[in-house]
Amino acid sequence: MSNKSTPTERRIILKNADDPNYSNKISCYLREGGYAMLKKSFKMKPEEIGAEVLKSGVRGRGGAGFPAGMKWKFLDRKSGKPIYLICNADESEPGTFKDRQIIHKDPHQLIEGMMIAAYAIQAKQAFIYIRAEFFEGARILESAIDEAKAKGFCGDKILGSDFSCDLVVHRGAGAYICGEETGLIESLEGKRPNPRIKPPYFPAVLGLYQCPTIVNNVETLCNVKHIMEIGGDEFAKIGKPNNTGTRIWCVSGHVKKPGYYEFECGALTMGEMIYDVCGGLLPGRSLQAVIPGGSSSKILRADERFSGKLKDGTDFDWGVEDIPLDFDGPMAAGTMSGSGGIIVMDDTVDMVEAMANINAFYAHESCGQCTPCREGSLWMRKITQRMCDGGAREEDADLLLSVANQIEGRTICAFGEAAAWPTQSFIAKFRDRFEDKVKNPERKKSSLQLI
Amino acid sequence: MNLSEETILKIDALIPKYPEKRSAALMLIHLIQDELGAIDLEACEWIADKLELQPINIQELITFYPMLREKPWGKKHIRVCRTLPCALRGSYATCQALEKKLGVKEGHVRDDGEYSIEFMECLADCGEGPVVMVDEETYENVDSVKAGELADLLTSGTLEISKKFVSYENALIQDSNLEAAPKSKPSTK
Repeated sequence: MSNKSTPTERRIILKNADDPNYSNKISCYLREGGYAMLKKSFKMKPEEIGAEVLKSGVRGRGGAGFPAGMKWKFLDRKSGKPIYLICNADESEPGTFKDRQIIHKDPHQLIEGMMIAAYAIQAKQAFIYIRAEFFEGARILESAIDEAKAKGFCGDKILGSDFSCDLVVHRGAGAYICGEETGLIESLEGKRPNPRIKPPYFPAVLGLYQCPTIVNNVETLCNVKHIMEIGGDEFAKIGKPNNTGTRIWCVSGHVKKPGYYEFECGALTMGEMIYDVCGGLLPGRSLQAVIPGGSSSKILRADERFSGKLKDGTDFDWGVEDIPLDFDGPMAAGTMSGSGGIIVMDDTVDMVEAMANINAFYAHESCGQCTPCREGSLWMRKITQRMCDGGAREEDADLLLSVANQIEGRTICAFGEAAAWPTQSFIAKFRDRFEDKVKNPERKKSSLQLI
Repeated sequence: MNLSEETILKIDALIPKYPEKRSAALMLIHLIQDELGAIDLEACEWIADKLELQPINIQELITFYPMLREKPWGKKHIRVCRTLPCALRGSYATCQALEKKLGVKEGHVRDDGEYSIEFMECLADCGEGPVVMVDEETYENVDSVKAGELADLLTSGTLEISKKFVSYENALIQDSNLEAAPKSKPSTK
């Protein structure tokens, strides 16, 4: 073993969250210089803020990684319709628990980021759509908004200016599909959250109440504050080109120290994260697989190799441990960094059961609007469940793959892909385990029940 | 339908916060479900009337969203996370231990109405799994052994005062008692 040092976190978003002398009260936030960036922003023109966010290169932290400044640029400002800002706090991609920390421990950072964003896009009203399982989180946000309103940081005539923007906390009710931005908008309109088809329903043009709407993730909106602090150009120097800023990685599964860790994009590799930051695997275990960006992202097999050419023209030849933790690294390895939820699986895991667990999630969460997704996710669940119940058949791997392939690309929203990618990648990389299930249907003693 | 004055006041304050009344539907349902435990047909019609909608516009929400109910859960409702990261750390055994101790199967309410258990999809606390929620409180790293202890404390009515089980939310509340005391900084003179 080399004696190189453990990569160190760079906490920007979570700078204060876990400080024992810090709480979610506004007094603590103000003590740390809170709302100074709101004041600075209000001295600027709205479009200047948008320009800084664009220059920063900050990419959306919710999963798709789309540049936030670009999203803002698509906003239809000519229609004359009111503009809305929505914070997507529906955090529900399995493996992700970063927004929970911001909401519960540093809510004012989000409110400041949102009010800067609201001013930049000239939003008439803003909403925080929060998952209903965060009961206390919703109460914390509501009291933080009251505190901010009392000090003129939110609501009517913000900082004594002519700009007003109310901020309302809206609770979901346990549906994963509300994390999809058009589903979220339908839900916020008081309907079933069936996603809308794009085009024409790009929220920036036809969003909430058919008005131009920006939907950004919690972490993305917090970044807006930090972009204003140092400027877009300086922010773009954090991390790597096209992968700017920090990211909060959430590590779960079979490591000694699971948790959330904030690093500059590309500051460390998957191996450094698992072995150095998270203390490695449990005693006597070896790595079997990693899901790098929430359960929708394609699984990586521990002994896989990835090679090719990066966007900048350099050749790469990586093992799983060598994949840089940023946006482009996992993409180059044929998967995605998604929401930053890294799920680590050691050699005790029965991969067919893990697949069955994931399929049960997607079958439960499909909104049911599109037939391929509704029926396909259900059949993938049924097939993997039967395999785990002792009824595995030789043709099951091919059958699962054919169902998944008939979902991908045939649905209104990206949930179809999110449901299909796990199955496609599990079969591509662990086909032997699915075939072995026919001969050895029993779960090994060392394996935990996953379905 | 008998709603408390407090809930009625909250409902009346809530509706004007939205540009369109219908948007208040989910939040209204939450408020009423919090008080009554479920949204029956009468509540459905009441909400629809309040928001100038048809009862089906409310019913279609109740039947879609996993956390909305036509029939109440038990007096204490236990949610166990089922999804992969928690399952990798033993949440199936956790759920089974709770089922055994509390005498009710997941997805059901005990005959006496005291307890219900729900095996939920991701509760977004994957680093501290298995995660168990008791009503609105989140307990972390609840393996099958700790699940048994938690159930015992629950049945003896002492979970809230337990030092061993401090919920994620309670840990924050203790934390937020801190007002902005001057930060102790090393003297830089």
